[in-house]
Amino acid sequence: MHNKTLSELSQALQSGETTSQALTQYFLDRIQQHDGQLNSFITVTPELALEQAKAADELRAQGKAGKLTGIPMAHKDIFCTQGVRTSCASKMLDNFTAPYNAGVVENVQKAGMVMLGKTNMDEFAMGSSNETSFYGAVKNPWDLDTVPGGSSGGSAAAVAARLAPVATGTDTGGSIRQPAALCGITGMKPTYGLVSRYGMIAFASSLDQGGPMGQSAEDVALLLEAMSGFDERDSTSIDRPVADFSADLNNDIQGLKIGLPKDYFGEGLDPEVNAALQTAIKELEQLGATFEEIELPNNKLAVPVYYIIAPAECSSNLSRFDGVRFGYRCEDPVDLVDMYKRSRGEGFGAEVKRRIMVGTYALSAGYYDAYYLKSQQIRHLISEDFKAAFKKVDVILGPTTPTPAFKIGEKADDPITMYLSDIYTIAVNLAGLPAMSLPAGFANKLPVGMQLIGNYFDEAKLLNVAHQYQQRTDWHRQLPEQFA
Amino acid sequence: MTWETVIGLEIHAQLATKSKIFSGASTAYGASPNTQACAVDLGLPGVLPVLNKDAVYMAAKLGLAIGAKVAERSVFARKNYFYPDLPKGYQISQYELPIVEQGQIQIELDDEEKTIGITRAHLEEDAGKSLHEDFQGLSGIDLNRAGTPLIEIVSEPDMRSAKEAVAYMKKIHSLVRYLEICDGNMQEGSFRCDANVSVRRKGAEKFGTRAELKNLNSFRFVERAINYEVERQIDILEAGGEVIQETRLYDSEKNETRSMRSKEEANDYRYFPDPDLLPVVIESEFLEQVKATLPELPDAKKHRFMQDYSISLYDAVALTANRELADYFEDVVKTSGSESKLCANWVIGDLSGFLNKNNLDISESPVSSEQLAGMLARISDKTISGKIAKQVFEGMWNGEGTADEIIDKKGLKQVTDTGLIEKLVNDAVDNNPQQVEQYKAGKDKLFGFFVGQVMKASKGKANPAQVNELLKKKLADS
Amino acid sequence: MSLDKQEVEKIAHLARIALDEDDVPHYATNLSNIMELVEQMNQVDTAGITPMAHPLDAVARLREDTASEPNQRDHFQQIAPQTESGLYLVPKVIE
Repeated sequence: MHNKTLSELSQALQSGETTSQALTQYFLDRIQQHDGQLNSFITVTPELALEQAKAADELRAQGKAGKLTGIPMAHKDIFCTQGVRTSCASKMLDNFTAPYNAGVVENVQKAGMVMLGKTNMDEFAMGSSNETSFYGAVKNPWDLDTVPGGSSGGSAAAVAARLAPVATGTDTGGSIRQPAALCGITGMKPTYGLVSRYGMIAFASSLDQGGPMGQSAEDVALLLEAMSGFDERDSTSIDRPVADFSADLNNDIQGLKIGLPKDYFGEGLDPEVNAALQTAIKELEQLGATFEEIELPNNKLAVPVYYIIAPAECSSNLSRFDGVRFGYRCEDPVDLVDMYKRSRGEGFGAEVKRRIMVGTYALSAGYYDAYYLKSQQIRHLISEDFKAAFKKVDVILGPTTPTPAFKIGEKADDPITMYLSDIYTIAVNLAGLPAMSLPAGFANKLPVGMQLIGNYFDEAKLLNVAHQYQQRTDWHRQLPEQFA
Repeated sequence: MTWETVIGLEIHAQLATKSKIFSGASTAYGASPNTQACAVDLGLPGVLPVLNKDAVYMAAKLGLAIGAKVAERSVFARKNYFYPDLPKGYQISQYELPIVEQGQIQIELDDEEKTIGITRAHLEEDAGKSLHEDFQGLSGIDLNRAGTPLIEIVSEPDMRSAKEAVAYMKKIHSLVRYLEICDGNMQEGSFRCDANVSVRRKGAEKFGTRAELKNLNSFRFVERAINYEVERQIDILEAGGEVIQETRLYDSEKNETRSMRSKEEANDYRYFPDPDLLPVVIESEFLEQVKATLPELPDAKKHRFMQDYSISLYDAVALTANRELADYFEDVVKTSGSESKLCANWVIGDLSGFLNKNNLDISESPVSSEQLAGMLARISDKTISGKIAKQVFEGMWNGEGTADEIIDKKGLKQVTDTGLIEKLVNDAVDNNPQQVEQYKAGKDKLFGFFVGQVMKASKGKANPAQVNELLKKKLADS
Repeated sequence: MSLDKQEVEKIAHLARIALDEDDVPHYATNLSNIMELVEQMNQVDTAGITPMAHPLDAVARLREDTASEPNQRDHFQQIAPQTESGLYLVPKVIE
C-alpha cells in the first residue's frame, strides 16, 4: 500500500478497496513504527487526521470526492495550521499554535487531503542538512548516518521512507530539490508566485516558494495542482488560472532541446554523480531529446549573491519574533532591550543568528551599496543568463547537488562548505524560475538527483520530461530496504 | 547680532480610508484596545501586506493639489528598528522612490503671500501606542492604530518664523480636509507634525545645525515649541556654544523642549525595498480619473472669492480655511440676496465666534446657512437693525426658530414709522434740557446720548438711520 | 573582510540578539568567512546594471478599501506571552 502512487491510491479509494480512514491509520501506524529512527515529524496529528479522513469518506459516499480526496499527506512545519503547533523547527515557536491556516493548507484541505502531521526541517528553513532543527536532526532513510538534506529534510525523509505518500516543502535556495535529491524522491520548486506564500513563515520573501514533494513526477503534478492558485492575500501571488500540470505528462519529448550548463559539470562534481547523470542523459537521448552545452556565465556568483540577499531579507523578516505578541519570551526580563535580546538570543539557534547578523551587517549604514545593491545587480545578470539560455533550449539539465548525502555532523561546524552544497540550486531562486529534482540512480549506494530547470511557468513541460524519464526508469520506485 | 530662523516641517496626516493601508482591519478611532488589530497588523508569522487602493488614490490627489510630480513608479521600503508598538520590527514606508515629489503651496502672512516648497510626500503605516498606566511596572501595547495609512508631507526649509510654520501647517490642514483625504482631527492624532528648526546669522548661506522637535499636535504648540527652541539655540550660540543635532520632545506643560535620550543612540534603519510588496505603478489614466475628482482648491477659491464677492484677502482666507465654511458662506450669499460683505462679516464674525466658543465645527452649527440667510435678508430690508440681529441670532442659536419667527414672537421688528420715531425724538430732547444746552454749546459727543435715549425708549427697535436724521433736525431746530 | 569582536557585538545589538561572551569569537570567525565568500561579487563590474529586487517583473495589485477583518483579539491573545485588559504587556517603555 505504502509504495502506491497518488493515482494508485486514488484508484484504491475509488474502487472501495480501501477507505481514507483505513489508509490514514495505515500511514499513522507506519509513522509510529518508523519515525523513531528518522525524526521526520515534529508533530503528528492522529486525531485530526482521522477526523479529516472520516469527512473524506463521507464526501466520497456522497459522490463528491475529487481525485485527491481522502489521501494522506504531510505539511512542512513552516506552513501555518490552525489549532496545530507551527514551530518552524525553532525554540522560538515551540509554543506557537497558529491562529489561521496558510493558503497552501487551505488549498490542500479543499482538495480533500488528510494531514498526518507537520514535518521536521532546518530551523526557519535555514540549512541544507536538517541539523539546525530545535527538534534534532532528521536521518536519511537510505543511510541513517547521513543527512536527508534541507531545509525540507523531514518531508523528503518521510516520503522516501513512505511514511506519507506526498508532502509539501518550501524552497528558498534549494530546500525542496536538494533534500529530494539526497533522499531519492521527486520534488519541485514552482515559478515564483505560483504557490501562495500566505501563512508560510517567511525566510527570504523574494526567494521563498512552496512546492510539492512525492515519489514521482505524476504525484508531484497532482499535489502541485492542489497546492497552487492565486491568493489575494499575497501581493506576489500571480493571478492566473491553475494549470493542469498533469495534462502534458504523456507528451512525446522527441526533438526537445535540453541545455547542459558547462559549469554544472565541472570541478566539484562527484564523479559518481556525474556518471549517473550521463546515463540519464543517454536515456533522454533515446527518447528523442537533443542536448547542447550552454553557458551561464554569472552562475558561479549565485552563492555569494544569495548569502547577501537571503540573510538581508531574513534579518528583517525575523524581527517580528520579539517575545511580545507570540512565541518565546525569556524569563524575567530586566527591561525592554533585555527582553528583546534574550528572547531572540535564547529562542533562535546558531545558524539563524548567524544569518540575521550577516543580513543586519549587509544592510547597515555604509555597506548597503557594496553588498545589498551589488547583489541585486548580479542577481539581474544571473537572471539575464537564463533568459538568453531559454532562447536556445527548452529545458536545462544538471545535477541537483555536487555530492550524494553527507554524514551527519560532517559540515555542521563549517557554514561555508554547507552553503556550497546548494551551488546548483540557488541561481534558480534568484531568477524565480521553476525547477525540479528527480531520482537518477545511485552513487555509493546513495541516491543521486537530476535537476531540470524550466522557463517561467513551464512546470508542465518539466513534469512531462520527468514523467517520460520515469516511464523508462524505476529509480523513483525504489525505497530503502528497512522501510520496504 | 541678528539671527535668522530656518524651519522645515514634516507633517503626518492620517488618510481617511475605511481600512488599514495593508490590511482589512478598520481604522475607526476609539475602539477597545487591540480589537482592530488583525493578523497582518499584529505581524503574526506568515501573514503578508496587500496595499489599499484608496491610500494610493488619496496620495495622488494630494500630489495633484500641490502641483507635484506623482511618481509613475514608487516603491515601499522597510525601515527596521525594534519598538514594542512596531509589531513587525520594521515600518513599511517609502524611501528612495516616494509617490509624490516636488510640490508647493502658498501661505498668507497678513496681506502677503509666500510660496513654500514641498520636497516630497510618501505613504507609510502608522505604529501602535504604548500605554504607560501602571500594569505592575509594565507597559501596555495597543495595536489598533498600527497599520493606519499615513501620508508624510515633507517641506523644504522655507519657513523663517514660527508664525510662517503655523500658517503653512494650517494651509496643509485646510488642504487635506478640502481633498477629503484626512479628517484633520488633531486631538485624535490624525494630523501631527515634527519641526526641523535651526538658526543662522542673518546673511549666512549655510544652514545652522538643526534640532528635530517631536510631538507637536496643535497649532499653538508648534508656535510655542519653535519659539522656545529658537531662543534656546540663540542663547547657546551667543554664549559661544554649539547646537547639537538631536531629536527633542516638546513638553507643553512646561513649555520647553528637551532632548530625547532614548533616541540618542545612533539609529541605523537599514532601509531596503520590501520584498513582500511590488512597485506601485500609476498610469496616466488613473491620474486623469483622480484629477476629475479634485474639488476647487483653497487658493483658487480664495482668489475667486476676492473677485466675485469683493472681499479682502483677509476675509477670503478666513472663509476658505475649510471647505464646509466656504460652502456655507456661498449658500448664505445666494439665499439671502444680501450684500456679500455683510454675509462675510456674519460668517467670520458672530457665527465663527459662537462656534469657537462652543467648540463646534461648521458642520455642527445649530444655525443653518438658510436660517442665517433669512436673518441677513431682514437686515437688508431694514426689518431689523444690525444690533437687534445679534439678539435674533442668539435666538436661532438656541433653537427658538427662524429669524422671522423670533422677530415676530419677540416683537423685534424695527420701528420705521416716522411719526412714532418723531415722538420718541421729541421726548428725548424735551426731557433733557440740560444736555440740549451742553450740546448746543459744542459738546457734539452728546449726540450719542440722545440716540441712546431714543433706542432705549424704542427697546432698540427704532431704525437707527431715521433716528439720526430726525434727531439732527430736532436738535438743530430747538 | 574581517569582523572583530566589537563589530560582532555592535551587529548583535542592532539585531537585538544576546550572544554568550564565549561564542563571540566563533561568530566573528563565521561572519568573517561569510563576508569573504561574498567578496567574490567584486569580480563583476556592475556599473549601470539595474538592481533586481524581485524575480517577477510585476506591479502592485491594489486591494479595495473595505474594512473586512472581524475582531479576533481573544483568539490572537491566546498565544501571547503576557496580556491584561486586552493589552500586550512588555517591560516599561521609556520615551
